Amino acid sequence: MIKVEWLYWLVGLVFIVMAVQMAADRTNPKRWTSAAFWGLLGLTFPYGTGVATVAPGTAAWRLPAEPLGVGVLALIVLAGFNFLGKGVPVTTTVEQREASAARLGSKIFIPALTIPFVAIVCASVLDESGLFETGKATLLGLGLGCVVALVVGMLVTGEKKVSVPVHSGRSMLEAMGSALLLPQLLAVLGSIFALAGVGTQVGKIVNDVLPENSKYLAVIAYCLGMFLFTVIVGNAFAAFPVMTAAIGWPVLIEQMNGNAPAILAIGMLAGFCGTLCTPMAANFNIVPATLLELKDQYGPIKAQIPTALALLVCCTVIMAIFAF
Amino acid sequence: MIVLLGVVVVILGFVTRRNPALVVGVAGIVTGLLGKMNPLEVLAAFGRSFADSRSVTVFAIVLPVIGLLERYGLREQARTLIGRLGRLSAGRFLAVYLLVRQVTAAFGLNNIGGPAQTVRPLVAPMAEAAAERRTGATLPDRLREKVRSYASSSDTVGLFFGEDCFIAIGSILLITGFVNSTYGQEIEPTELALWAVPLAVCAFVIHGARLLLLDKQLEREMALASAEHDLPLPKGADK
Repeated sequence: MIKVEWLYWLVGLVFIVMAVQMAADRTNPKRWTSAAFWGLLGLTFPYGTGVATVAPGTAAWRLPAEPLGVGVLALIVLAGFNFLGKGVPVTTTVEQREASAARLGSKIFIPALTIPFVAIVCASVLDESGLFETGKATLLGLGLGCVVALVVGMLVTGEKKVSVPVHSGRSMLEAMGSALLLPQLLAVLGSIFALAGVGTQVGKIVNDVLPENSKYLAVIAYCLGMFLFTVIVGNAFAAFPVMTAAIGWPVLIEQMNGNAPAILAIGMLAGFCGTLCTPMAANFNIVPATLLELKDQYGPIKAQIPTALALLVCCTVIMAIFAF
Repeated sequence: MIVLLGVVVVILGFVTRRNPALVVGVAGIVTGLLGKMNPLEVLAAFGRSFADSRSVTVFAIVLPVIGLLERYGLREQARTLIGRLGRLSAGRFLAVYLLVRQVTAAFGLNNIGGPAQTVRPLVAPMAEAAAERRTGATLPDRLREKVRSYASSSDTVGLFFGEDCFIAIGSILLITGFVNSTYGQEIEPTELALWAVPLAVCAFVIHGARLLLLDKQLEREMALASAEHDLPLPKGADK
């Protein structure tokens, strides 16, 4: 059975190889600290295997989580105090690209489409085969798709040196910098909020403020609360337990006999509207802006805000009408 | 009550535009300590949740493939291809992508698209090419940024409001996991997924309509830009 941890080791290895390249790249003014950052990030992937929460009943080896915590803080310091630099990318000119595009024609799409194709096959056809760890077929499909696509890509383009894709990928990595790490850090923040009892506190405040037995106000408070809290923490998953413990469950479902699946599902989607609007949701908003080389890193958010607000209204209205 | 200061740290850091990694680190430490965790517990919480969330960083493995293909002209070829599809405008193209992304995500294929996998190498260059073909002129930087931003938005909106119709997705499992363990319920993922369908439809209608309006905006602004510079009107702008 292919385990998701193997994919994590591969990702870690890619980071480490790129870190070694960075250390040797004299065009990067901060090459040692950059290499330290990405190398350390690479090491957290295999080390994380020993720390990650595993399903009960499965065998696992255990490592203490504290050293990894120190590593994460070191990553934060390296990223937070501007120790990341970039080298001069070695790449092709526009003319060379156009010539090669003309030569390869639409064949160049084959490797790019290999990634989603393999992911689809893994998620649909091979999911039930027992080949992949349960519930991880799409993620493993993405990883497998990339490996296959790399081989196909080198065949199609006729590129013989493995160092070329690694170098190109590294340039993209350097361009993204610490934005790449932010989603994972925000997930960490969400779980610390949960551990420290932020949810219970918000619940107390909401209960003090909210008048009793006003269904529509409670619906608005839940949807708007999910939205705002998600904007603050950048992650609807972190906001959901907080707002549901605060108001969704005790008020809307227990007190007012709401339809639980409807309220919970729509509440989560109200949170997603918040994700569309916040730079804290870096992986959906800031990372694309850096990948697309936008000058305005809030560009995607600006494109999404009107849709998000309209959908927030839809969530509130649908919940108010259909959930009771 | 004092534990909420962690949230205040996030807001302040965000408003004053501090480095986000630093804001998250400080807010995490502050919240943990105020929540009566000892320093070692805070470190362990950092470590464990960082390990648990590794899946969000896995997309980095796409970068070498995309980097290689871009070196060989992937984006240029994507533009050429869309240039041949005559009637496709940027907005219509992105609306189609939005639909495809929603439907595939609704079937659990949430990793087949994404900013690194599809938006940068394919969707954004294709949308730009479609816009340029339609207006008959090179896009100024500001409009190019706009088209790219909308390309990213159609990917994100499509993913968010498609994936919840699928039962084995993280958010659905989080809801059932949380509610069933905290409140002793037995809510089925399928019941939740059903309630995501009406909002998926709303999302497609609303964002799709805005994508189509983008075409009008582009045409208007292109016409305006050429008028300002006293240039001949670009082909097709007089519709």
